[in-house]
Amino acid sequence: MYNFEFERPGSVAEAVAALKSEEAQALGGGQTLIPTLKQRLAAPAKLVSLGGIAEMKGVCLNDDGSLSIGGGTTHAEVARAAAAHYPALAALAGGIGDPAVRNRGTIGGSLANNDPSACYPSAALGSGATIVTDRREIAADDYFQGLFTTALDEGEIITSVRFPVPEKANYQKFLQPASRFALVGVFVAHYAGGTRIAVTGASEDGVFRWSAAEEALASGAALDGMAPEADGMIADLHGTKAYRAHLTGVLTRRALQAMA
Amino acid sequence: MPKDSGIGASSKRREDVRFLTGAGNYTDDINIHGQAYVHFLRSDVAHGRIVSLDTSAAAAMPGVVRIFTGADFEGVGGLPCGWQVTDRHGQPMAEPGHPVLAQGKVRHVGDPIAAVVAESPEQARDAAEAIEAEIEELPAVIDMKAALAEGAAKVHDDLPSNLCYDWGFVEENKGAVDAAFAEAAHVTTLELVNNRLVANPMEPRVAIGDYARATGESTLYTTSQNPHVIRLLMGAFVLGIPEHKLRVVAPDVGGGFGSKIFHYAEEAFCTFAAKALARPVKWTSSRSEAFMSDAHGRDHVSKIELALDADNNFTALRTETYANMGAYLSTFAPSVPTWLHGTLMAGNYKTPLIYVNVKAVFTNTVPVDAYRGAGRPEATYQLERVIDKAARELGVDPIALRRQNFVTEFPYQTPVAVVYDTGDYNATMDKLEEIADIAGFAARRAESEARGKLRGLGVNCYIEACGIAPSNLVGQLGARAGLYDAATVRVNATGSISVMVGAHSHGQGHETAFPQVVAEMLGIDESMIEIVHGDSSKIPFGMGTYGSRSLAVCGSAMVRATEKIINKAKKIAAHLMEASEADIELKDGQFSVAGTDKSVAWGDVTLAAYVPHNYPLEDIEPGLEETAFYDPSNFTYPAGAYACEVEVDPETGKVTVERFSAADDFGNIVNPMIVSGQVHGGLGQGIGQALLENCAYDPETGQLLSASYMDYAMPRADDVPFYAVDHSCATPCTHNPLGVKGCGEAGAIGSPPSVVNAVIDALQSGGKAVTHIDMPMSPSRVWSAMQG
Ligand SMILES: Cc1cc2nc3c(=O)[nH]c(=O)nc-3n(C[C@H](O)[C@H](O)[C@H](O)COP(=O)(O)OP(=O)(O)OC[C@H]3O[C@@H](n4cnc5c(N)ncnc54)[C@H](O)[C@@H]3O)c2cc1C
Repeated sequence: MYNFEFERPGSVAEAVAALKSEEAQALGGGQTLIPTLKQRLAAPAKLVSLGGIAEMKGVCLNDDGSLSIGGGTTHAEVARAAAAHYPALAALAGGIGDPAVRNRGTIGGSLANNDPSACYPSAALGSGATIVTDRREIAADDYFQGLFTTALDEGEIITSVRFPVPEKANYQKFLQPASRFALVGVFVAHYAGGTRIAVTGASEDGVFRWSAAEEALASGAALDGMAPEADGMIADLHGTKAYRAHLTGVLTRRALQAMA
Repeated sequence: MPKDSGIGASSKRREDVRFLTGAGNYTDDINIHGQAYVHFLRSDVAHGRIVSLDTSAAAAMPGVVRIFTGADFEGVGGLPCGWQVTDRHGQPMAEPGHPVLAQGKVRHVGDPIAAVVAESPEQARDAAEAIEAEIEELPAVIDMKAALAEGAAKVHDDLPSNLCYDWGFVEENKGAVDAAFAEAAHVTTLELVNNRLVANPMEPRVAIGDYARATGESTLYTTSQNPHVIRLLMGAFVLGIPEHKLRVVAPDVGGGFGSKIFHYAEEAFCTFAAKALARPVKWTSSRSEAFMSDAHGRDHVSKIELALDADNNFTALRTETYANMGAYLSTFAPSVPTWLHGTLMAGNYKTPLIYVNVKAVFTNTVPVDAYRGAGRPEATYQLERVIDKAARELGVDPIALRRQNFVTEFPYQTPVAVVYDTGDYNATMDKLEEIADIAGFAARRAESEARGKLRGLGVNCYIEACGIAPSNLVGQLGARAGLYDAATVRVNATGSISVMVGAHSHGQGHETAFPQVVAEMLGIDESMIEIVHGDSSKIPFGMGTYGSRSLAVCGSAMVRATEKIINKAKKIAAHLMEASEADIELKDGQFSVAGTDKSVAWGDVTLAAYVPHNYPLEDIEPGLEETAFYDPSNFTYPAGAYACEVEVDPETGKVTVERFSAADDFGNIVNPMIVSGQVHGGLGQGIGQALLENCAYDPETGQLLSASYMDYAMPRADDVPFYAVDHSCATPCTHNPLGVKGCGEAGAIGSPPSVVNAVIDALQSGGKAVTHIDMPMSPSRVWSAMQG
């Protein structure tokens, strides 16, 4: 890695100020950023660690029944603390990477990074969550903008994520055999207003809502044999476009079955 | 009663104490005062001409000691190839130069262009980035058949084409084989790919060069399976250093699987630069570098045809293989698809006529060489897949078809040069049917089907030629070195023993198993015996560890040396007891005079040897130390039968290995626990190859697509089942003193075909007309095959 300055502020305000300096970058759990630095694929002048900001950590149930998770909360903490309130979300967090990754990596880092194969984006989009930053609130439907691309501005920090808690939900992750990220992951959440289906790992445009399936469910139709268009799906060593499209259908049905 | 020491005991691995407590001494743990660090600038294109290389800005960077390029190595030899194959027309293979640092062209992603030596690894890397290398990209040659097509770009401009050799074996049999096919009642044909693999030992490669100006002695510390081979190749062919001025040390080595047999550019570089700079130079490979600089394994594309008569007897076998050599010839690369592959094509069967054709091809990829099994897995895979396919086509039981064609009389001269000394293939198949509970399969399949899953059973046999090798034979076949091994047994005054061996242990447990043999022969405690290996200045000239040879070859040398020790010790004992040498017996560490109650202990005799006050000095020398070299008279032929049971999820194509059983005949067993461990490890690698591992290049650009663990899938603990292994069916090797055959590679050789056979069985049970899926059988590939 290249040399960089390092700061570890104690509050969001200080972090925002620190991130204003030239080529500064936030450091969450470092589970994506540190390997990138080691490979010399990024060269920030300064890393601003969010790890010392107490107000960004923890899981709490709001009065309106929604669940707020601090942007600096680790996957392991979500797996533990959200289990009673939002089991599908907790299970998703508990299935990310390995114990080392889960005890360092954070939800804010995952959502900011928006890896097309990451798990959390499907939960945020599938739950219609709200991404809360140091300066505004962004609806999940507006937040994800393609591979590794989000609505965040330069230096903007995810301070928390607010999840409306569904009546039932389920996440089906089909492992990419090498990385064990999601080859395809489907998050299905059922709310009074309807069912949301978000798919990660599959599309060249990153996480997406499978609206056709949502509509079919709303009209009471079954999803048997249904799959999204293969066009626009990711093709790589681990799966063809057609396979990813097919898996999306299979995993969605399995999620619904698990919820039934 | 299982024994608790000596031959046959499952003695606990004594080396594990240091490995498991972090007390090992690996090459990277060695740091020499004043050492500098090298970083290699590696090509990021697959094929290109070096137009210019400007190191001036880089040389001025902080901490830079010196930057080397190909020009610095113009007067130095290239990396040698240790095996020359002669082609079908009696011509030697094409043998291109292999410079330590690229000269003129780069030929694969990862090919080293320049080497920066600096005060710290970071400074070396920083400066390497400042080197201005202008490289004119040339078309990359990746696919083997395209590489041989008219007009293909040439990897080596000075060669006529990208063909290394076109080998026919046995060439004189070709006509008879073709005639047998013309008369066959049934012919089964199969085209398959043996996927390219990256060895991925846990410890990446490291090299440290050191030079003592006062004595003119060079020392290379390196992650090697065979320090003497490196000393020979590097000293004689690359750097011109005589043996007495070159020491090669391979300390604790964290796995090799073949990839650490070879002599690599980085070793020669560090040794060369240490002398040029008069200071130690260290290189530690990153995992990313390992992917693009460690020799890869396998990468064969084959067509195999099996001819049968009306009674389902195998009458002839014909194969055509394209074998990828990569961009340069790695040390033993040419031998792998030829002598380690063609000679095993008979398998366990008495097929009378066999013809093997292999075209070895240069491509713009990392060099390919031996990887656990080396050639024998490729042979086994083709043969055991085509037999399975034949059984399906003929509607006969695949086990019965195999049994019907087994070799049953030994010694057996195969039509492909080798002579199997002993074996009992029906016995291992019987054992397999028992431990795999093949009779219970139907019930297990029904249970899987009730859960919506497809279940398949796949069986295969294997045979390998191990204990490499008779030197005179391999010399005729093109080896440029002998393949004996050596051991020195040094008995100390108090009776403890140091055994210096030419074999190298990098996971095999020699430090535990070898003492068991000596302890058994002398009747003393194993703890009195210590194995010394890995340092050319301490051990006799042995050829190292690969090809499941350590115990069969080096262990035999150790037995011979120990026999010499016993002979001499008996003379001393006879003198001490004033008896005739012929009457001396050695039992449980006591020398006694037959028919009397007179005895002296082992320790009394060893003390007398070193304090020769009462000693027959006029007849024998003092001291008790003996060396033996052992050159085997034949290969050893471990063989066995394996069964794999898989479940396939028909919706996703995901394959789960539910059961895996291995019945092996390794001859006599010294340490059953270590043998089981070797089989377990090999099975993990074989299942990894069958289901997960895939070293893939972009066919257009030659970029390595699986360049890290994000895309290269290693098997994890939960990818493999609990294994049922058995090695009780032993037909001891007839020609080495221990009767051992070697067990290191069997698991990796024997497992891939049964996994594929099982998946095909599962899919066919689900009504799918799938006859073959290439490895790795990823969920996507299996699902795609099921779509027809
Ligand atoms: C071996 C391994 C396996 C993994 N497996 C999975 C898996 O199965 N599923 C999965 O989803 N992920 C997986 N991951 C990724 C892991 O979840 C990462 O932790 C996560 O993607 C990034 O979170 P982080 O806190 O480590 O962020 P960092 O690596 O620190 O940062 C990532 C990016 O986010 C920015 N950032 C960090 N925090 C914030 C914030 N609060 N606000 C704004 N920007 C911020 C950083 O500037 C950087 O650009 C794996 C990682 C590894 C190493």
